[in-house]
Amino acid sequence: MRPLALIALLALAGCAAQPAGTPSVTVFAAASLTDVFTELETGFEAAHPGTDIVLSFGGSAALASQIRQGAPADVFAAADERVMEQVVDAGDVRTPVIFTSNSLEIAVPPGNPAGIDELADLTDPGIAVALCDPQVPCGALAHLLFETFELTPAPDTLEPDVKAVLTKVELGEVDAGLVYVTDVHAAGPAVEGVLIPEAQSLITLYPIGVLTDAPNPAAAQAWIDYVLSPLGQKALADHGFVAF
Amino acid sequence: MRAGRLSPVVALVAAVGLAVLALPLLGLLVRAPWPDLPRLLVSGPVLEALALSLGTGLISTALCLVLGVPLAMLLAHSAAWHAVPRRLLRAAITVPLVLPPVVGGIALLLLLGRRGLIGQWFADAGLGIPYTPAAVVIAQTFVAMPFLVFAVEGALGAADRRVEGAAATLGASRWQVFRYVTVPIVAPGIAAGAVLCFTRALGEFGATITFAGSLPGVTRTLPIASYLAMQSDPQEAIALALVLLVVSVGVLLALRDRWLPGVRS
Repeated sequence: MRPLALIALLALAGCAAQPAGTPSVTVFAAASLTDVFTELETGFEAAHPGTDIVLSFGGSAALASQIRQGAPADVFAAADERVMEQVVDAGDVRTPVIFTSNSLEIAVPPGNPAGIDELADLTDPGIAVALCDPQVPCGALAHLLFETFELTPAPDTLEPDVKAVLTKVELGEVDAGLVYVTDVHAAGPAVEGVLIPEAQSLITLYPIGVLTDAPNPAAAQAWIDYVLSPLGQKALADHGFVAF
Repeated sequence: MRAGRLSPVVALVAAVGLAVLALPLLGLLVRAPWPDLPRLLVSGPVLEALALSLGTGLISTALCLVLGVPLAMLLAHSAAWHAVPRRLLRAAITVPLVLPPVVGGIALLLLLGRRGLIGQWFADAGLGIPYTPAAVVIAQTFVAMPFLVFAVEGALGAADRRVEGAAATLGASRWQVFRYVTVPIVAPGIAAGAVLCFTRALGEFGATITFAGSLPGVTRTLPIASYLAMQSDPQEAIALALVLLVVSVGVLLALRDRWLPGVRS
Protein backbone atom coordinates (compact mmCIF):
# COMPACT_ATOMS: atom_id res chain seq x y z
CA MET A 1 0.00 0.00 0.00
CA ARG A 2 2.73 2.45 0.93
CA PRO A 3 4.85 1.80 -2.18
CA LEU A 4 1.70 2.40 -4.23
CA ALA A 5 1.15 5.69 -2.49
CA LEU A 6 4.73 6.65 -3.23
CA ILE A 7 4.31 5.81 -6.89
CA ALA A 8 1.13 7.86 -6.90
CA LEU A 9 2.99 10.81 -5.42
CA LEU A 10 5.74 10.51 -8.01
CA ALA A 11 3.15 10.30 -10.76
CA LEU A 12 1.40 13.36 -9.38
CA ALA A 13 4.67 15.24 -9.17
CA GLY A 14 5.21 14.39 -12.84
CA CYS A 15 1.74 15.63 -13.74
CA ALA A 16 2.22 18.89 -11.89
CA ALA A 17 5.35 19.56 -13.87
CA GLN A 18 3.53 19.04 -17.18
CA PRO A 19 2.05 21.99 -19.02
CA ALA A 20 -1.73 21.94 -18.88
CA GLY A 21 -1.96 20.44 -22.37
CA THR A 22 -3.43 16.99 -21.71
CA PRO A 23 -6.17 17.15 -19.12
CA SER A 24 -5.56 14.40 -16.62
CA VAL A 25 -7.95 12.98 -14.05
CA THR A 26 -6.43 11.49 -10.94
CA VAL A 27 -8.62 8.76 -9.49
CA PHE A 28 -8.00 7.51 -5.94
CA ALA A 29 -9.66 4.12 -5.71
CA ALA A 30 -9.95 1.29 -3.20
CA ALA A 31 -7.49 -1.56 -3.82
CA SER A 32 -10.33 -3.96 -4.63
CA LEU A 33 -11.11 -1.87 -7.73
CA THR A 34 -7.62 -2.33 -9.20
CA ASP A 35 -8.47 -4.75 -11.99
CA VAL A 36 -11.81 -3.32 -13.05
CA PHE A 37 -10.75 0.34 -13.01
CA THR A 38 -7.59 -0.48 -14.94
CA GLU A 39 -9.77 -2.13 -17.55
CA LEU A 40 -12.23 0.80 -17.62
CA GLU A 41 -9.34 3.25 -18.01
CA THR A 42 -8.60 1.93 -21.50
CA GLY A 43 -12.23 2.24 -22.60
CA PHE A 44 -12.62 5.72 -21.14
CA GLU A 45 -9.46 7.05 -22.73
CA ALA A 46 -10.56 5.66 -26.10
CA ALA A 47 -13.94 7.39 -25.70
CA HIS A 48 -12.41 10.63 -24.45
CA PRO A 49 -9.29 11.21 -26.55
CA GLY A 50 -6.88 13.56 -24.91
CA THR A 51 -7.99 12.84 -21.36
CA ASP A 52 -5.49 10.91 -19.32
CA ILE A 53 -6.77 8.87 -16.38
CA VAL A 54 -4.21 8.43 -13.60
CA LEU A 55 -5.21 5.65 -11.22
CA SER A 56 -3.91 5.37 -7.68
CA PHE A 57 -5.01 2.38 -5.62
CA GLY A 58 -4.72 1.81 -1.91
CA GLY A 59 -6.65 1.06 1.25
CA SER A 60 -9.72 3.30 1.42
CA ALA A 61 -8.73 4.73 4.79
CA ALA A 62 -5.17 5.43 3.67
CA LEU A 63 -6.41 7.19 0.52
CA ALA A 64 -8.88 9.21 2.58
CA SER A 65 -6.09 10.41 4.85
CA GLN A 66 -4.03 11.40 1.79
CA ILE A 67 -7.02 13.41 0.55
CA ARG A 68 -7.35 15.09 3.95
CA GLN A 69 -3.67 16.04 3.66
CA GLY A 70 -4.42 17.75 0.36
CA ALA A 71 -3.38 15.17 -2.25
CA PRO A 72 -4.38 16.69 -5.64
CA ALA A 73 -6.89 14.04 -6.73
CA ASP A 74 -10.06 14.51 -8.80
CA VAL A 75 -12.12 11.45 -7.91
CA PHE A 76 -12.34 9.24 -4.83
CA ALA A 77 -13.89 5.77 -5.00
CA ALA A 78 -14.01 4.09 -1.58
CA ALA A 79 -14.81 0.55 -0.54
CA ASP A 80 -16.51 1.74 2.60
CA GLU A 81 -19.31 4.24 3.23
CA ARG A 82 -17.97 5.35 6.60
CA VAL A 83 -14.63 6.33 5.08
CA MET A 84 -16.46 8.39 2.46
CA GLU A 85 -18.60 9.98 5.19
CA GLN A 86 -15.45 11.20 6.92
CA VAL A 87 -14.21 12.70 3.67
CA VAL A 88 -17.58 14.38 3.11
CA ASP A 89 -17.62 15.68 6.70
CA ALA A 90 -14.19 17.20 6.10
CA GLY A 91 -15.65 19.00 3.08
CA ASP A 92 -13.42 17.25 0.56
CA VAL A 93 -16.22 15.55 -1.40
CA ARG A 94 -19.72 16.97 -1.77
CA THR A 95 -22.20 14.46 -3.17
CA PRO A 96 -20.94 10.90 -3.42
CA VAL A 97 -23.08 8.27 -5.14
CA ILE A 98 -23.09 4.51 -4.61
CA PHE A 99 -21.82 2.77 -7.76
CA THR A 100 -21.46 -0.87 -6.77
CA SER A 101 -21.33 -3.30 -3.87
CA ASN A 102 -19.33 -6.25 -2.67
CA SER A 103 -19.72 -9.01 -0.10
CA LEU A 104 -17.51 -11.44 1.76
CA GLU A 105 -16.49 -14.91 0.73
CA ILE A 106 -14.18 -17.51 2.24
CA ALA A 107 -10.99 -17.99 0.24
CA VAL A 108 -9.17 -21.31 0.62
CA PRO A 109 -6.00 -22.67 -1.01
CA PRO A 110 -6.61 -24.79 -4.14
CA GLY A 111 -8.02 -28.16 -3.16
CA ASN A 112 -9.39 -26.78 0.12
CA PRO A 113 -6.98 -28.85 2.27
CA ALA A 114 -8.79 -28.16 5.53
CA GLY A 115 -12.22 -28.97 4.05
CA ILE A 116 -13.80 -25.61 4.86
CA ASP A 117 -17.45 -25.45 3.83
CA GLU A 118 -19.13 -22.92 6.09
CA LEU A 119 -18.55 -19.81 8.14
CA ALA A 120 -18.62 -21.74 11.41
CA ASP A 121 -15.44 -23.59 10.36
CA LEU A 122 -13.58 -20.34 10.93
CA THR A 123 -14.29 -20.59 14.66
CA ASP A 124 -12.17 -23.78 14.95
CA PRO A 125 -8.85 -22.94 16.67
CA GLY A 126 -7.27 -25.91 14.89
CA ILE A 127 -7.72 -24.22 11.53
CA ALA A 128 -5.32 -21.47 10.45
CA VAL A 129 -7.46 -18.45 9.67
CA ALA A 130 -6.56 -14.97 8.40
CA LEU A 131 -9.00 -12.08 8.73
CA CYS A 132 -8.70 -8.37 8.11
CA ASP A 133 -8.19 -6.33 11.24
CA PRO A 134 -11.48 -4.84 12.49
CA GLN A 135 -9.89 -1.39 12.06
CA VAL A 136 -10.00 -1.70 8.25
CA PRO A 137 -13.24 -1.99 6.22
CA CYS A 138 -13.02 -5.67 5.28
CA GLY A 139 -12.31 -6.53 8.92
CA ALA A 140 -15.17 -4.38 10.17
CA LEU A 141 -17.50 -6.22 7.80
CA ALA A 142 -16.14 -9.60 8.87
CA HIS A 143 -16.60 -8.63 12.51
CA LEU A 144 -20.19 -7.63 11.82
CA LEU A 145 -20.80 -10.90 9.99
CA PHE A 146 -19.56 -13.06 12.88
CA GLU A 147 -21.45 -10.92 15.38
CA THR A 148 -24.68 -11.13 13.41
CA PHE A 149 -24.53 -14.90 13.35
CA GLU A 150 -23.26 -15.12 16.94
CA LEU A 151 -19.99 -16.81 16.04
CA THR A 152 -16.61 -16.19 17.65
CA PRO A 153 -13.87 -16.49 15.03
CA ALA A 154 -10.48 -17.95 15.92
CA PRO A 155 -8.10 -15.96 13.69
CA ASP A 156 -4.36 -16.64 13.66
CA THR A 157 -3.67 -13.25 12.18
CA LEU A 158 -5.52 -9.97 11.62
CA GLU A 159 -4.09 -8.42 8.47
CA PRO A 160 -3.89 -4.73 7.57
CA ASP A 161 -5.70 -5.14 4.24
CA VAL A 162 -7.65 -7.67 2.25
CA LYS A 163 -4.85 -8.35 -0.25
CA ALA A 164 -2.59 -9.43 2.62
CA VAL A 165 -5.23 -11.98 3.65
CA LEU A 166 -5.43 -13.22 0.08
CA THR A 167 -1.64 -13.58 -0.16
CA LYS A 168 -1.60 -15.74 2.97
CA VAL A 169 -4.27 -17.97 1.41
CA GLU A 170 -2.47 -18.14 -1.94
CA LEU A 171 0.74 -19.21 -0.22
CA GLY A 172 -1.18 -21.85 1.72
CA GLU A 173 -0.06 -20.27 4.97
CA VAL A 174 -3.63 -20.24 6.22
CA ASP A 175 -6.42 -22.75 5.62
CA ALA A 176 -8.99 -20.02 5.11
CA GLY A 177 -9.30 -16.27 4.84
CA LEU A 178 -12.29 -13.98 4.70
CA VAL A 179 -12.03 -11.71 1.66
CA TYR A 180 -14.33 -9.96 -0.80
CA VAL A 181 -16.05 -11.97 -3.54
CA THR A 182 -14.13 -9.82 -6.03
CA ASP A 183 -10.78 -10.83 -4.51
CA VAL A 184 -11.53 -14.51 -5.05
CA HIS A 185 -12.49 -13.56 -8.58
CA ALA A 186 -9.29 -11.59 -9.18
CA ALA A 187 -7.04 -14.32 -7.76
CA GLY A 188 -8.14 -16.78 -10.45
CA PRO A 189 -6.93 -20.33 -9.92
CA ALA A 190 -4.60 -19.33 -7.07
CA VAL A 191 -7.45 -19.68 -4.57
CA GLU A 192 -10.86 -21.29 -4.34
CA GLY A 193 -13.94 -19.57 -3.05
CA VAL A 194 -16.42 -20.98 -0.53
CA LEU A 195 -19.65 -18.99 -0.77
CA ILE A 196 -21.23 -17.84 2.46
CA PRO A 197 -25.01 -17.65 2.11
CA GLU A 198 -25.21 -15.60 5.33
CA ALA A 199 -22.89 -12.95 3.88
CA GLN A 200 -25.30 -12.02 1.10
CA SER A 201 -27.30 -9.92 3.53
CA LEU A 202 -24.25 -7.94 4.64
CA ILE A 203 -22.95 -6.09 1.66
CA THR A 204 -20.51 -3.23 1.61
CA LEU A 205 -21.43 -0.28 -0.57
CA TYR A 206 -18.90 1.56 -2.75
CA PRO A 207 -19.36 5.34 -2.96
CA ILE A 208 -17.66 7.52 -5.58
CA GLY A 209 -17.48 11.31 -5.79
CA VAL A 210 -15.71 14.32 -7.30
CA LEU A 211 -13.35 16.09 -4.92
CA THR A 212 -14.24 19.63 -3.95
CA ASP A 213 -10.80 20.82 -4.99
CA ALA A 214 -10.57 18.64 -8.12
CA PRO A 215 -8.20 20.25 -10.61
CA ASN A 216 -10.36 18.89 -13.41
CA PRO A 217 -13.99 18.53 -12.20
CA ALA A 218 -15.66 18.19 -15.62
CA ALA A 219 -13.51 15.26 -16.70
CA ALA A 220 -13.81 13.81 -13.18
CA GLN A 221 -17.59 13.77 -13.52
CA ALA A 222 -17.23 12.17 -16.97
CA TRP A 223 -15.26 9.31 -15.36
CA ILE A 224 -17.95 8.81 -12.72
CA ASP A 225 -20.64 8.80 -15.41
CA TYR A 226 -18.62 6.20 -17.30
CA VAL A 227 -18.40 3.99 -14.20
CA LEU A 228 -22.19 4.32 -13.69
CA SER A 229 -22.95 3.64 -17.37
CA PRO A 230 -24.12 0.19 -18.53
CA LEU A 231 -20.61 -0.39 -19.89
CA GLY A 232 -19.03 0.40 -16.52
CA GLN A 233 -21.56 -1.65 -14.60
CA LYS A 234 -21.02 -4.64 -16.89
CA ALA A 235 -17.28 -4.48 -16.30
CA LEU A 236 -17.89 -4.38 -12.54
CA ALA A 237 -20.20 -7.38 -12.76
CA ASP A 238 -17.58 -9.24 -14.80
CA HIS A 239 -15.20 -8.82 -11.89
CA GLY A 240 -17.59 -10.18 -9.30
CA PHE A 241 -19.06 -6.91 -8.07
CA VAL A 242 -22.80 -6.70 -7.64
CA ALA A 243 -24.20 -3.96 -9.87
CA PHE A 244 -26.08 -1.48 -7.76
CA MET B 1 40.61 17.24 9.88
CA ARG B 2 39.04 17.90 13.23
CA ALA B 3 40.90 21.18 13.69
CA GLY B 4 40.20 22.40 10.14
CA ARG B 5 37.29 24.72 9.57
CA LEU B 6 34.18 23.40 7.94
CA SER B 7 33.42 25.10 4.65
CA PRO B 8 30.14 27.09 4.75
CA VAL B 9 28.81 25.07 1.81
CA VAL B 10 29.38 21.78 3.62
CA ALA B 11 27.82 23.19 6.77
CA LEU B 12 24.75 24.38 4.86
CA VAL B 13 24.21 21.09 3.05
CA ALA B 14 24.78 19.22 6.32
CA ALA B 15 22.11 21.38 7.95
CA VAL B 16 19.67 20.45 5.18
CA GLY B 17 20.63 16.79 5.65
CA LEU B 18 19.99 17.04 9.37
CA ALA B 19 16.65 18.73 8.72
CA VAL B 20 15.62 15.89 6.40
CA LEU B 21 16.29 13.43 9.22
CA ALA B 22 15.02 15.40 12.17
CA LEU B 23 12.11 17.56 10.95
CA PRO B 24 9.63 14.70 10.36
CA LEU B 25 10.21 13.54 13.92
CA LEU B 26 9.71 17.12 15.11
CA GLY B 27 6.40 17.11 13.24
CA LEU B 28 5.42 13.96 15.11
CA LEU B 29 6.27 15.62 18.42
CA VAL B 30 4.40 18.81 17.59
CA ARG B 31 1.25 17.03 16.41
CA ALA B 32 1.23 14.42 19.16
CA PRO B 33 -2.01 14.36 21.14
CA TRP B 34 -0.25 15.33 24.40
CA PRO B 35 -3.38 15.82 26.59
CA ASP B 36 -4.74 12.40 25.58
CA LEU B 37 -1.38 10.69 25.72
CA PRO B 38 -1.55 9.27 29.27
CA ARG B 39 -4.94 7.74 28.54
CA LEU B 40 -3.80 6.30 25.18
CA LEU B 41 -0.57 4.91 26.60
CA VAL B 42 -2.02 2.96 29.49
CA SER B 43 -4.64 1.36 27.27
CA GLY B 44 -4.33 -2.39 27.03
CA PRO B 45 -3.39 -2.65 23.33
CA VAL B 46 -0.47 -0.20 23.64
CA LEU B 47 1.05 -1.90 26.68
CA GLU B 48 0.51 -5.29 25.11
CA ALA B 49 2.29 -4.23 21.90
CA LEU B 50 5.09 -2.56 23.87
CA ALA B 51 5.68 -5.63 26.02
CA LEU B 52 5.73 -7.88 22.96
CA SER B 53 8.09 -5.55 21.09
CA LEU B 54 10.52 -5.28 24.00
CA GLY B 55 10.45 -9.01 24.68
CA THR B 56 10.93 -10.15 21.10
CA GLY B 57 13.46 -7.36 20.46
CA LEU B 58 15.61 -8.50 23.39
CA ILE B 59 15.48 -12.15 22.37
CA SER B 60 16.29 -11.23 18.76
CA THR B 61 19.25 -9.17 19.92
CA ALA B 62 20.52 -12.05 22.03
CA LEU B 63 20.14 -14.38 19.04
CA CYS B 64 21.94 -11.87 16.81
CA LEU B 65 24.81 -11.76 19.32
CA VAL B 66 25.14 -15.53 19.56
CA LEU B 67 25.04 -16.03 15.79
CA GLY B 68 26.36 -12.71 14.57
CA VAL B 69 29.66 -12.44 16.46
CA PRO B 70 31.02 -15.72 15.03
CA LEU B 71 29.71 -14.68 11.62
CA ALA B 72 31.55 -11.37 11.92
CA MET B 73 34.72 -13.30 12.81
CA LEU B 74 34.23 -15.45 9.72
CA LEU B 75 33.70 -12.34 7.63
CA ALA B 76 36.88 -10.76 8.99
CA HIS B 77 38.69 -14.02 8.35
CA SER B 78 37.41 -14.11 4.75
CA ALA B 79 39.71 -11.20 3.85
CA ALA B 80 42.29 -13.89 3.11
CA TRP B 81 39.96 -15.92 0.86
CA HIS B 82 39.50 -16.06 -2.89
CA ALA B 83 37.49 -13.20 -4.34
CA VAL B 84 34.43 -15.29 -5.27
CA PRO B 85 33.59 -16.92 -1.92
CA ARG B 86 34.63 -13.77 -0.10
CA ARG B 87 32.21 -11.60 -2.10
CA LEU B 88 29.43 -14.18 -1.92
CA LEU B 89 29.70 -14.26 1.87
CA ARG B 90 29.60 -10.48 2.10
CA ALA B 91 26.66 -10.30 -0.32
CA ALA B 92 24.70 -12.91 1.65
CA ILE B 93 25.08 -10.82 4.80
CA THR B 94 24.27 -7.55 3.00
CA VAL B 95 21.13 -8.72 1.20
CA PRO B 96 18.77 -8.57 4.22
CA LEU B 97 19.90 -4.95 4.69
CA VAL B 98 18.86 -3.85 1.22
CA LEU B 99 15.94 -6.23 0.62
CA PRO B 100 12.49 -4.72 1.13
CA PRO B 101 11.47 -6.30 4.46
CA VAL B 102 8.17 -7.52 2.99
CA VAL B 103 10.15 -9.54 0.46
CA GLY B 104 12.26 -10.84 3.34
CA GLY B 105 9.02 -11.90 5.01
CA ILE B 106 7.88 -13.79 1.92
CA ALA B 107 11.29 -15.47 1.69
CA LEU B 108 10.93 -16.55 5.31
CA LEU B 109 7.46 -17.92 4.58
CA LEU B 110 8.79 -19.90 1.62
CA LEU B 111 11.44 -21.44 3.88
CA LEU B 112 9.73 -21.67 7.26
CA GLY B 113 6.03 -21.29 6.45
CA ARG B 114 3.52 -24.07 6.83
CA ARG B 115 4.29 -25.08 3.27
CA GLY B 116 7.89 -23.90 3.35
CA LEU B 117 10.93 -25.99 2.47
CA ILE B 118 11.74 -26.61 6.13
CA GLY B 119 8.59 -25.26 7.73
CA GLN B 120 6.41 -28.10 6.43
CA TRP B 121 8.24 -30.56 8.68
CA PHE B 122 7.59 -28.34 11.67
CA ALA B 123 3.95 -28.01 10.63
CA ASP B 124 3.66 -31.80 10.30
CA ALA B 125 5.04 -32.11 13.81
CA GLY B 126 2.36 -29.71 15.00
CA LEU B 127 4.85 -26.86 15.51
CA GLY B 128 3.69 -24.27 13.03
CA ILE B 129 6.16 -21.35 13.04
CA PRO B 130 4.10 -18.51 11.48
CA TYR B 131 1.67 -16.62 13.72
CA THR B 132 3.79 -17.23 16.82
CA PRO B 133 6.11 -14.89 18.77
CA ALA B 134 8.93 -17.17 17.56
CA ALA B 135 8.18 -16.03 14.01
CA VAL B 136 8.45 -12.41 15.16
CA VAL B 137 11.88 -13.17 16.63
CA ILE B 138 13.01 -14.90 13.43
CA ALA B 139 11.84 -11.98 11.26
CA GLN B 140 13.58 -9.47 13.52
CA THR B 141 16.77 -11.52 13.62
CA PHE B 142 16.77 -11.77 9.82
CA VAL B 143 16.63 -8.01 9.31
CA ALA B 144 18.71 -6.93 12.31
CA MET B 145 21.67 -9.33 12.32
CA PRO B 146 23.57 -7.64 9.46
CA PHE B 147 23.79 -4.47 11.57
CA LEU B 148 25.55 -6.41 14.31
CA VAL B 149 27.78 -8.37 11.94
CA PHE B 150 29.07 -5.27 10.18
CA ALA B 151 29.59 -3.37 13.44
CA VAL B 152 31.61 -6.23 14.93
CA GLU B 153 33.50 -6.83 11.70
CA GLY B 154 34.47 -3.16 11.66
CA ALA B 155 35.79 -3.45 15.21
CA LEU B 156 37.69 -6.64 14.35
CA GLY B 157 39.23 -5.00 11.32
CA ALA B 158 40.39 -2.02 13.34
CA ALA B 159 41.82 -4.17 16.15
CA ASP B 160 45.50 -4.96 16.29
CA ARG B 161 45.48 -8.70 15.56
CA ARG B 162 49.08 -9.13 16.67
CA VAL B 163 47.86 -9.00 20.28
CA GLU B 164 45.98 -12.25 19.68
CA GLY B 165 49.10 -13.79 18.21
CA ALA B 166 51.08 -12.63 21.21
CA ALA B 167 48.56 -14.15 23.60
CA ALA B 168 48.72 -17.47 21.74
CA THR B 169 52.52 -17.39 21.84
CA LEU B 170 52.32 -16.90 25.59
CA GLY B 171 50.37 -20.14 25.88
CA ALA B 172 46.74 -19.03 25.81
CA SER B 173 44.29 -21.56 24.42
CA ARG B 174 41.98 -20.61 21.56
CA TRP B 175 39.12 -20.10 23.97
CA GLN B 176 41.30 -17.98 26.26
CA VAL B 177 42.43 -15.84 23.33
CA PHE B 178 38.81 -15.35 22.30
CA ARG B 179 37.55 -14.73 25.82
CA TYR B 180 40.34 -12.56 27.22
CA VAL B 181 41.77 -10.85 24.14
CA THR B 182 39.40 -10.77 21.17
CA VAL B 183 36.17 -10.07 23.04
CA PRO B 184 37.52 -7.17 25.13
CA ILE B 185 39.06 -5.60 22.01
CA VAL B 186 35.84 -5.76 20.02
CA ALA B 187 33.48 -5.24 22.98
CA PRO B 188 32.68 -1.64 22.01
CA GLY B 189 31.86 -2.82 18.48
CA ILE B 190 29.70 -5.63 19.83
CA ALA B 191 27.85 -3.25 22.14
CA ALA B 192 27.31 -0.70 19.38
CA GLY B 193 26.11 -3.46 17.06
CA ALA B 194 23.78 -4.85 19.69
CA VAL B 195 22.20 -1.45 20.27
CA LEU B 196 21.68 -0.91 16.54
CA CYS B 197 20.37 -4.45 16.24
CA PHE B 198 17.88 -3.96 19.07
CA THR B 199 16.53 -0.68 17.72
CA ARG B 200 16.23 -2.15 14.23
CA ALA B 201 14.37 -5.15 15.67
CA LEU B 202 12.04 -2.82 17.58
CA GLY B 203 11.15 -0.94 14.41
CA GLU B 204 10.72 -4.06 12.25
CA PHE B 205 7.43 -4.05 10.36
CA GLY B 206 7.40 -5.57 6.88
CA ALA B 207 9.00 -8.94 7.44
CA THR B 208 7.11 -9.38 10.71
CA ILE B 209 3.63 -8.72 9.35
CA THR B 210 4.31 -10.89 6.29
CA PHE B 211 5.88 -13.83 8.09
CA ALA B 212 4.44 -13.67 11.62
CA GLY B 213 1.12 -11.97 10.93
CA SER B 214 -0.56 -9.65 13.36
CA LEU B 215 -2.54 -10.87 16.34
CA PRO B 216 -2.85 -8.71 19.46
CA GLY B 217 -0.65 -10.01 22.26
CA VAL B 218 0.89 -12.73 20.10
CA THR B 219 2.53 -11.16 17.04
CA ARG B 220 1.29 -7.57 16.93
CA THR B 221 4.37 -5.49 17.70
CA LEU B 222 4.39 -1.72 18.19
CA PRO B 223 5.08 -0.77 14.55
CA ILE B 224 2.24 -3.02 13.34
CA ALA B 225 -0.14 -1.69 15.99
CA SER B 226 0.81 1.83 14.97
CA TYR B 227 0.25 1.14 11.26
CA LEU B 228 -3.15 -0.43 11.91
CA ALA B 229 -4.21 2.36 14.23
CA MET B 230 -3.41 4.81 11.42
CA GLN B 231 -6.33 3.28 9.48
CA SER B 232 -8.91 4.18 12.10
CA ASP B 233 -7.47 6.36 14.84
CA PRO B 234 -4.48 8.51 13.77
CA GLN B 235 -4.16 9.93 17.31
CA GLU B 236 -3.54 6.47 18.71
CA ALA B 237 -1.13 5.75 15.85
CA ILE B 238 0.89 8.84 16.76
CA ALA B 239 0.88 7.83 20.42
CA LEU B 240 2.20 4.38 19.48
CA ALA B 241 4.83 5.87 17.19
CA LEU B 242 5.89 8.17 20.01
CA VAL B 243 6.40 5.21 22.36
CA LEU B 244 8.56 3.54 19.73
CA LEU B 245 10.54 6.73 19.20
CA VAL B 246 11.09 7.33 22.91
CA VAL B 247 12.20 3.75 23.53
CA SER B 248 14.58 3.76 20.54
CA VAL B 249 16.12 7.15 21.29
CA GLY B 250 16.28 6.28 24.99
CA VAL B 251 18.15 3.06 24.28
CA LEU B 252 20.54 4.79 21.88
CA LEU B 253 21.33 7.61 24.32
CA ALA B 254 21.50 5.57 27.51
CA LEU B 255 23.48 2.62 26.25
CA ARG B 256 25.95 4.48 24.09
CA ASP B 257 27.27 6.43 27.05
CA ARG B 258 27.19 3.61 29.54
CA TRP B 259 28.58 0.80 27.46
CA LEU B 260 30.73 2.56 25.00
CA PRO B 261 33.27 4.75 26.77
CA GLY B 262 35.87 3.55 24.29
CA VAL B 263 34.29 4.80 21.09
CA ARG B 264 35.06 8.43 21.75
CA SER B 265 38.30 8.21 19.74
